[in-house]
Amino acid sequence: MYEQIAFYLFSALTVGLFMVTVLSKNILYSMTSLAAGMVLISGFFFLLGADFLGVVQLIVYVGAVMALYAFAMMFFDATRDIKEKNTSSALVFLLGGMAALLLVVVFAAPIMGENIQASYPVIEGVGNAESVGMVLFTKYLVPFEVAAVMLLVAMIAGIILAGKKMDHSLTTVDDPINVQEETK
Amino acid sequence: MIGLSHYLIISGILFAIGLVGVLRRKNLLMLFFATEIMLNAANVAFAAVSNYYHDLTGQMFAFFIIAVAASEVAVGLGLLIVLYKKFGTLDLDDLASMKG
Repeated sequence: MYEQIAFYLFSALTVGLFMVTVLSKNILYSMTSLAAGMVLISGFFFLLGADFLGVVQLIVYVGAVMALYAFAMMFFDATRDIKEKNTSSALVFLLGGMAALLLVVVFAAPIMGENIQASYPVIEGVGNAESVGMVLFTKYLVPFEVAAVMLLVAMIAGIILAGKKMDHSLTTVDDPINVQEETK
Repeated sequence: MIGLSHYLIISGILFAIGLVGVLRRKNLLMLFFATEIMLNAANVAFAAVSNYYHDLTGQMFAFFIIAVAASEVAVGLGLLIVLYKKFGTLDLDDLASMKG
């Protein structure tokens, strides 16, 4: 009973918040609604018994990624409304139709795959975080290390890309491309 | 009772919302937000399958998706800052320099 109430509440709120994210004209509104939607997505994870995943979602997405977006927002003009012109709606409808077809296939897949065997079954009497740790550090050790190296590479790339010429002002930048644009 | 189909349907709806964002928006930061929505929808589907089949593989995939998303945001935002410093805008129509 409570599961149903929570599921429908979380579903309605996430769909509404993500609609605001996608359709809003203001970047600040869409970022805050995206953060709220991420919190509710972690609610889905707690409902599904994936406690550790929910906590990781809260820490990584709502904590780190949103802080990174908020930090990057300082570089962009966030208070101004976005003006954009949308053309070629026929292409959008074609691609949307193909995506809807793919979604139908995705929904039909669990009906067709009834006899799926669990390769790493959930261990009885062990908490979620412990069983995740057991599987992650035995069967998935190599991908785990590769992910660690990937995060290191991403950190170095972020520092180099964003930190270069950090002391320059945005308005007085004299890049060759800007000079070219002005001389045209 | 809430079954696997409920979670897969809500995940599909969220993924469709993200796809609409990727197809419709012209601002690069909005494209990033829409990508995050799509990754989260996939995560919900993975966690649901993991719960209903009593298999931890889905949660493992969700962890790796979160790691990939975090590094994607770090590199992508660095690139966006460089682009904004160069061109002063994040609109895809203004950034399109190859007129084919």
